[in-house]
Amino acid sequence: MRNDAWGEGNLRPRLMTISGLLAQCLNSLQYGLLLFLISSGLTLIFGVLGVINLAHGSLYMIGAYATFVVVRATGSLWIALPVAMLGGILLGGLLERYLFRHFYKREHLDQVLLTFALILLFEESRSLLVGNDFYSVPIPTALDFSIPIVEGFSYAAYRFVVIGVCLVLAAALFVWIERTKMGAIIRAAAEKPEMVDALGIDPRRVHMTVFAVGTALALTAGALNAPLSSVYPNMGDGLLIISFVVVVIGGLGSISGAFWSALLIGTIDTMGKAYAPKLSGLAIYLLMAIVLLWRPTGLFGQRT
Amino acid sequence: MSIQLNRLNRRALIKVGAAAAAASAVPTGWAIAQSSKQLKVGLMLPYSGTFAQLGENITAGVELLLAEKGGKLGGREVQFIKLDDESKPELGPQNAERLVKRDNVDVLIGTVHSGVQMGIHKVVKESGTLTLVPNAGNAAVTRELCAKNVFRTSFTNWQPAYAMGLALAKKGVKKASWLTWDYAAGTESGEGFKQGLEAGGAQFVSLLTLKFPETNFQPLLAQIQGLGVDAIGAFFSGGGAVQFVKDYAAAGIKVPLCGSGFLTEGTLKGQGAAAEGIETALHYGDGLNTPKNNAFRAAFKAKTNRDADVFAVQGYDAAQLLAIGLEAVKGNLEDEKALHAAMETTKIDSPRGSITMSPQHNVVQDIYLRKVTNGENKVVSTIAAQLADPGTGCKM
Amino acid sequence: MIDVGNQTRLLPHSTAGWLALVAFAIFWAILPWFVPLYYIELGTSAMIAAMLALSMQLLVGATGLVSLGHGAFYGLAAYAVYLVSPENAAQPIWITLPIAMAVAGLAALAVGMFSLRTSGFFFLMVTLAFGQMIFFVFHDTKLGGGTDGAYLGKPLISAFGATLDLPRRQKPIGIYYVALIQLLSMYIGLAVLLRTLFGRALEGIRVNEHRMRAVGFDTFKIKLTAFTLAGALAGAAGHMWALHRGFVNPEIVGWHQSAEALLMILLGGLGSLHGPILGALALTGLSEVSQLLTERKLLVEGLVILAVVILLPKGLAGIRVRKDHAADGADHG
Repeated sequence: MRNDAWGEGNLRPRLMTISGLLAQCLNSLQYGLLLFLISSGLTLIFGVLGVINLAHGSLYMIGAYATFVVVRATGSLWIALPVAMLGGILLGGLLERYLFRHFYKREHLDQVLLTFALILLFEESRSLLVGNDFYSVPIPTALDFSIPIVEGFSYAAYRFVVIGVCLVLAAALFVWIERTKMGAIIRAAAEKPEMVDALGIDPRRVHMTVFAVGTALALTAGALNAPLSSVYPNMGDGLLIISFVVVVIGGLGSISGAFWSALLIGTIDTMGKAYAPKLSGLAIYLLMAIVLLWRPTGLFGQRT
Repeated sequence: MSIQLNRLNRRALIKVGAAAAAASAVPTGWAIAQSSKQLKVGLMLPYSGTFAQLGENITAGVELLLAEKGGKLGGREVQFIKLDDESKPELGPQNAERLVKRDNVDVLIGTVHSGVQMGIHKVVKESGTLTLVPNAGNAAVTRELCAKNVFRTSFTNWQPAYAMGLALAKKGVKKASWLTWDYAAGTESGEGFKQGLEAGGAQFVSLLTLKFPETNFQPLLAQIQGLGVDAIGAFFSGGGAVQFVKDYAAAGIKVPLCGSGFLTEGTLKGQGAAAEGIETALHYGDGLNTPKNNAFRAAFKAKTNRDADVFAVQGYDAAQLLAIGLEAVKGNLEDEKALHAAMETTKIDSPRGSITMSPQHNVVQDIYLRKVTNGENKVVSTIAAQLADPGTGCKM
Repeated sequence: MIDVGNQTRLLPHSTAGWLALVAFAIFWAILPWFVPLYYIELGTSAMIAAMLALSMQLLVGATGLVSLGHGAFYGLAAYAVYLVSPENAAQPIWITLPIAMAVAGLAALAVGMFSLRTSGFFFLMVTLAFGQMIFFVFHDTKLGGGTDGAYLGKPLISAFGATLDLPRRQKPIGIYYVALIQLLSMYIGLAVLLRTLFGRALEGIRVNEHRMRAVGFDTFKIKLTAFTLAGALAGAAGHMWALHRGFVNPEIVGWHQSAEALLMILLGGLGSLHGPILGALALTGLSEVSQLLTERKLLVEGLVILAVVILLPKGLAGIRVRKDHAADGADHG
C-alpha cells in the first residue's frame, strides 16, 4: 500500500520556467524525430502492403543489437550505422520474399499472428546469440562532450547528431516519395492498389522495395539510438505501441502525416513527463481517442 | 548445462506426481523416516528477459553454498528444480503453482521482480511452503502481508534509501529530491529516502517519477536545476540505471547525484566515467575486506568466472539461512516450529557482514556508504548499523 | 481495413457438432477424478482463458470487430471483485458475479459509444487507447493496490442462502466446476444468440455493413449491443480469474491480455464458436509442455504459432474431415 502523500505531489503541475521550457522543446524535437524514424517504416508497410507489422519493434531492437555487436568488434559507430541500414534492406527483402509475400492475400489477422510469432523468434534469437545482459554502446570519442543549453542543463553533442541524421533521412524520404517515379508508384499503390496493376508495373518489385525500406528505417532508428538508450532485451516493446499511435494519428500510409504526428506525440509526451507526470501515460491515449473520434481516419489522413 | 539435467529430472518427476501427492497426505510420523529423502528446492527466478543476469547470479550463489555443504542440507540430498518466471506478474501465481503443486517442492527460492513476488506470496501463504526471497524488495511481503513461512535475505526498498537520506542529512545537505520510476519499488524507496532525510533533520522536497520502465530521462533532467535542492537521490536499476547515470553526467547538472545502491550495481562497465564519484547506499560493496567475503568472492569467481555481486550474496545467504533451518531440524521440514525458530534466532556470517532476521522475517543488516572509485563501488563507511525495516502492520 | 473473411460458420451445425459438445462437457466434468490437484487448477485457468476468448469471438468472429480493449473489461471485472470484497474476506458469488459483469458491461457500453464511430484498424487503436486508460487507473493510482497488485478473499460459492464451504484442498475443485458451468453456459448462450435475428444481423454487418444499413438496420445500435454484451461476458471471465487466483494485478488489465485472447481465437480459428475454446486449451497446453521440455519456452511457442499460421489457414478448428470442407464450400458457393 502506498503512502497517500506521493500521489498528490505527483499530480501537482511542476514549476515551469522559460529556460526549462526551451530545454523541453529540444527534448520534444529529438524524441519526436526518433518516433518518426520508427513509425515512417510502419506506416509505409501498412499503407502500401496492408500488413500490421507487430514485429516492427523487434526490428528496432535488432538494429540496436547489431550496432552493439559491430561497435564491439570494430570500435566504430560509423561502420555500424551503414551496416544496420544495409542489413535492414537485406533483412526486409528476405522477409518479404520468403514470408510476407505469401500472406498478402490472407486475412489481416493471419498477418498479425505471423508477426507475433516473429517477435518471439527474434527475441529468442537475440537471447541465444548475444545473451540477456545489458550493454552500453559508447558514443564516438569525438562527439563525447556536452553543449550547455540553459543554466544547469547541457545537451550531449551526440543528440544533435541524431537530430541531424533524422532530419536528413526525413528529407530523403520526402524526396523519394514525392519526387521520384518509384515514389509516385508507391503513393498510387497506397491509395489505389488496382492502379499499379493497370499501369503494368510489377507489383512484386514495389512490395519488396517498400518492405525493405520500412525495415531498414526501423533498424536505422535502433542503431542511431543505441548509444543513447543502451541495448537490452525487449527494448522495442514500449516503442511499438506508441509508433502505432503516431501512425493512426498521422493517417495510414502518409509519410508527411507520420512526420507531423511524431513531432506532436513527442512534444505531448515530453511536456507531460515534465509538467504532469501522473497524466503523461494517459495523455497519448487520450489524444489518440479524441483525434480519431473527431477525424476517424487520422489528423492528416484522407477523409472518406 | 545443469539446467538441462534438471529438466529431465522434472519430467521423470511428473510421472510420480500422483504418488508424491499421496505421500504429502501421510501423517507426520512417517515424515521423519523420509528425512533421508531428496530435498526438492524450487528456484523460481528470471532466466530470460531483462533480469536474466540477476537470476543466474542468485542461482550460482545458492549452488555455491550447497557445494560447500557437500551437496546436502540437514542431511538430505538436494535436487534443484529451476523455473523461468519471465518477470511476468500475470503469470506469477501460475508459475508458483507449477513448483508448489505440480512438482511438490519442499522449499521455494524466488524471485527478483516484486510483482511476481506477490503471486508467489499468494500461493505459498496458502500452501505453507517454506520460501526464501533472494531479491524482490517490496515492503508488503514482510509488512502487512508477512507470513511465518516466508523469509527474505535481500533487503526492503526502504532500507538502502533510508540510509542514503540519513547519510545526506548528516553530511549537511538541507534539501533533496528523489528520482525514480513510478512503480512500487520506486515509491517505496522514495518513502525511505524521505524518512532518512527527516530523521537527520533535512528536508525532502519532491518525488520526481517517470513511467516504468521508460528510459527517456531528458524531461526530468531538464528540471533539476529549478528544484533548488542540494542533492538528488535516485533509484533505477539495470539498463535504466546505465542510461540515467550517463544522461545525468551528459546534462552537466551541478547538483550531486546519489542513490540507492542499485543505481551503480552491476552497471559500472556500461556507465564508465559517468559514474565516478557517485555515492550510494547498499548492504554490500567492493573492498569489504573480511575473511568470509574474500573466500566467497574467490569461490564465486572460480565457479562462474564472473565477479560476485550483491545478487550472488543474497542468493548465497538465502541458502545459508535454509541450511541453518534444516540442520536445526535434521532435515525434517514438518517440524515447523523448530525450523522457524532456528531461522528467526540465528546470526549469519554473510559475505556482507553479520546479519539476523527481524521478527517480520526481513533481513537486519549494516548499510554501507559506497563511492564509485576507479570503476568499483568502494565501501567508505557504515551509515546505519544493523538497520531493520519498520515492518509496520505485520501480524504473524 | 481489417476484414476477417466471410467463411464463418459459428454454430455447431450438425448433430455431430452437438454430440461433440456433450462429449466435451462430460470429459471435463469427470476429469477431476483422474488428475492431481495441480492439473485441475490448470484446467480452471484454461477454461477462464477460453471464456475470455469466447466472449471476444462475439466481436471478432461474429461481427468483424477486432478490439484490443477487450482485456481491459476482463481485468476491470477482476478489480471490481477486489473492490467490493471486504479486506481479506469473501463476498458470496451471487453478489460478485452480477457486479463484475455489470461493471464490465457498463464500461464496454461507454467505450463502445465512442469507439464504434470508427472502424477497422482505427477501431482497434481506439479500443486500445481506452483499454490503456483503464490500465493506467489501476497501475498509477492506489485504487487497486498499485503496480504490485493486491490480494482478495476468494468469493464464496453460494446459492439460495446456502454457502458451499469446501475444505481447503477441495476448494479448487469447486471453482473448477463453477468455471465449467459458466463456460458451457456462455457457449450455449452464444450459440443460441447467434441463431436469432440479432445474430443474423451481426453476420450481416460482418459481411457488408453498408448493405445492412441500406436495408434499414440501425447497425450502430446492433454493434453497440454486441460490444456491451461481449464486455459483460469478458467480465464473467475476469470474475472467475479473481475467484480462481484471489489476486489482481495491473497486467491483467493491459493490452497484452487482449492480444493473448486474440491469439487464441486466431489459433483456434475465426470461423467457429468452438475455435476460441480449442485455441485457449491449445495455448495453455503448449505453454505447459514447452516449459517442461525446454529452457527456451518462447522459441518453441514462436515456432508452433508460425507453423499453425503457415500450415493451417483456418486455425485448429479448420482441421476436419474432407467431407465437411465440401459442405462448407457448398454453403457459401
